[in-house]
Formats: sequence, C-alpha cells, structure tokens
Amino acid sequence: MTPIKHHLTDDLIMGYSAGTLPEAVNLIVATHVSLCDRCRAAVEAQDAVGGAVLDRQTADMVVSDACLQGALSLIRGTVPDPAPRPIRVPSDPVAPAPLMDYIGGSLDAVKWRPIGMGVKQAILNTSPEATARLLYIPAGTAMPDHGHRGLELTLVLKGAFRDEEGYFGRGDIEIADTDLNHTPVADVSEDCICLAVTDAPLRLKGLARLAQPFLKI
Amino acid sequence: MFGTSHHLPPRDATPIAASACNRHVGGRSYDKANAVSAKTADNEATDWAAVMVRIRDERDETAFVEVFRHFAPRIKGFLMRSGADSALAEECVQEVMATVWQKAALFDPSRASVATWIFTIARNRRIDVLRRQKRPEPEDLPWGPEAEPGQEDWLSLQQESEHLGEAIASLPAKQRDLIEKAYFGELSHSEIAEVTGLPLGTIKSRIRLALERLRHAMDRT
Repeated sequence: MTPIKHHLTDDLIMGYSAGTLPEAVNLIVATHVSLCDRCRAAVEAQDAVGGAVLDRQTADMVVSDACLQGALSLIRGTVPDPAPRPIRVPSDPVAPAPLMDYIGGSLDAVKWRPIGMGVKQAILNTSPEATARLLYIPAGTAMPDHGHRGLELTLVLKGAFRDEEGYFGRGDIEIADTDLNHTPVADVSEDCICLAVTDAPLRLKGLARLAQPFLKI
Repeated sequence: MFGTSHHLPPRDATPIAASACNRHVGGRSYDKANAVSAKTADNEATDWAAVMVRIRDERDETAFVEVFRHFAPRIKGFLMRSGADSALAEECVQEVMATVWQKAALFDPSRASVATWIFTIARNRRIDVLRRQKRPEPEDLPWGPEAEPGQEDWLSLQQESEHLGEAIASLPAKQRDLIEKAYFGELSHSEIAEVTGLPLGTIKSRIRLALERLRHAMDRT
C-alpha cells in the first residue's frame, strides 16, 4: 500500500462506527478505509465500543419464542457460506469496492459532465443530506477557488493535487471545514480523479459563483 | 480441521474455553492447557468465538440457539433504543441472527469479539431498515484456512475486548450515557465529536497486527 499521510478524523471514525453519518459520508469513509489499514484498524477498534454497548444491553428484554422459531426456519436448509480464501482480489486500481457499487461497476460507466476548464464531474446517487461526486481534473489544472458552508471531504483516487494545506496523493483525504478557502491544483504528472463529499453547497468566488446553479456544485 | 469434542457442556460446567483449543492452525495443534490458563478460570464467561466456530464448521444448530439466547435480547434492546418498536425489532433480530449463521466464516476472532461483530451486523440492519439507506462497507479483506489467526492473537483480542467493556462500565455515568446515546443514534455529529478520545490504542494495535498478517498472507498467494 502507498503511504497515506492524510487520514480520517476521530469524529468521522466515531460517526461511521455509530452509523449516524449521511450515506455520502459513509461512502467516502468506506472508500478511504479500503485503501488505509491504519484507519481500518481505528474503525474496527471503535466498533469494539459498539460491541461493548451492545453487550451492556439488559438481558431481561423479552424476545418471543416465535422470534427464535422464525430465525431457525430462516437458517434451516441453508448452509453457512464457506470461508473465503485469502487471495488478493483483483480490485480495480482506481475505484475500491464500495465506490464500484455507486458507479455501475466500472469507471468507464461514469457519465461525466463538463463543469469548465476541462474539469468534469459525476454526481453519485446517495441520500440527500450530503452529496458525493467524482471529479476529474486534468493534470496541472486548478479547481475554482472556493470556501465551504459546511464540510468538504476530498479523497484522491488517481493522480494527486496540491493546495494551501499540502500535497494529497492516492488514498489521502482532505477534510475542509468552513474556515478553509482553498484552490486545489492537480499535479502535472497525470490527470487526477477524486471522490468529493459536501454536506452543503460550496461557496464559489467570482464568475464561477454565477454559474453555480447550472453546474450543480 | 477442528477436533470433534464440540458439544459443549452447559455454561456452568467445565471451562468452556477448552472447546476452542482443538484448533489446528497451519498444521499446528494448539495445546489445551495453555488456552485454559490464558482464559483464566472464569466459568461465567462463555467463549463465544468458540461457539461461532461450531456454527461455521459444524453447522451446529445448538450453538446457534446459544448465541441467539444470549444476543437476541441485547440486539432487540439496542434496536428499540434506536427507535424500533417491538415487532420491528424482533423482525430485525431474526435477520441479524440469520446473517450470523450465514456469514459465520467471515467472523475473524483476531479482529473482533463476537459482540462487536454482531453489533456491526445489527447497526447495518438499523441503517437499512430505520434510515432506509445503503451502508457502504470497506472492501473485504478475505481470510480463510491459509491465514487463520493464531490462537494467541485470538485470545488477546478477546481479552482486550473484555477490558474495554470493563473500562466503559467504570466510566462516570454521564460519560457512559453519552457513548451509549452516540451508538443509539441519538447524538448529532457535533455532539459526537465530544465522545471521541476513549483509550483504544491497545485494541487498535492488536487489530493492526492482525491486518498486517492478513496482507502478508494475501501477498503470498
């Protein structure tokens, strides 16, 4: 695995484990965790807190006998799935499994829409509390300078970008809140593909702002 | 690959940890005495990981009923605290327990306790049923006979989970309530930021080691 320098924050890990984040945020967390064993361990450790909370639930809650009978009839006649073999799954070099489910199984299936300066985007279908989009930024191109009303999470899938906060390569996630105004610029070496999630519309500056309603960003 | 003596005595008889010890991993057979001493003579605690192995390898319905009797009331309580009524909660309990049966081979005792694993299944069911959303999950890291965790990793993770449970039980009531509320879905995201910072370092490094071993096994294939 490539060394990842920019990781999930504790509150995202906690929210993912508790199951209270919007679907789009869960998607970017799951995609990052697919690439980052440090955050995978952090998520699984946080899940252990959920396990302890579950175990603390009182055992005197009455579960009807019908419930047990129902469960038994669900499992009877079915055989547990066999143990998976630890063979490296030929996973896609750009899009990890959780993202695949949202782009129709292949990056080739993505319906990109141009949003200016060679930049393209595709909005993914998630619940409405937050928006997930794929961004395609040609090598060396700058994204419009923008601030945020809410949270913006950007995960690099291919290529790299640089902004006021540093250098972000594959697997790195940038977590930008309302305080950050930034101008990400894609690295010149290759075109950059990112998964970006926002929980409120971006605040664009200058001309791009006028076009915002049409660009759906 | 496991021994044959898996029809467990009742909970309060001989130390149940012994049933986990006929495990052969990578051709090695683990020594019974070691496991019993590592587990200490706690007759109250069932070794749920061993019960899961009976489900996985022997399709043992009695083992399934044991897991059901212990966890079904807890899952139901968890779901009702999260906003389900009794009927819906029981429906979900059935589905969660059927998943436990079906996916038993995916349970990795070097990365999670049975309670933790069942929690993740119940949580995902809650998101699916109560919030009507999909829950994107990380790419699987499959594991199987070739990469079976060593028994030491298994026991230390299970013990670490017990310590964590005790640590949470001994927190001031106010703080513990806040953590429970977070898991019942009663806190907003900004409130959740206040309940982070539990000392999870040890359990995190155990899981990290298990992941590294798994990656290593995958690289060899």
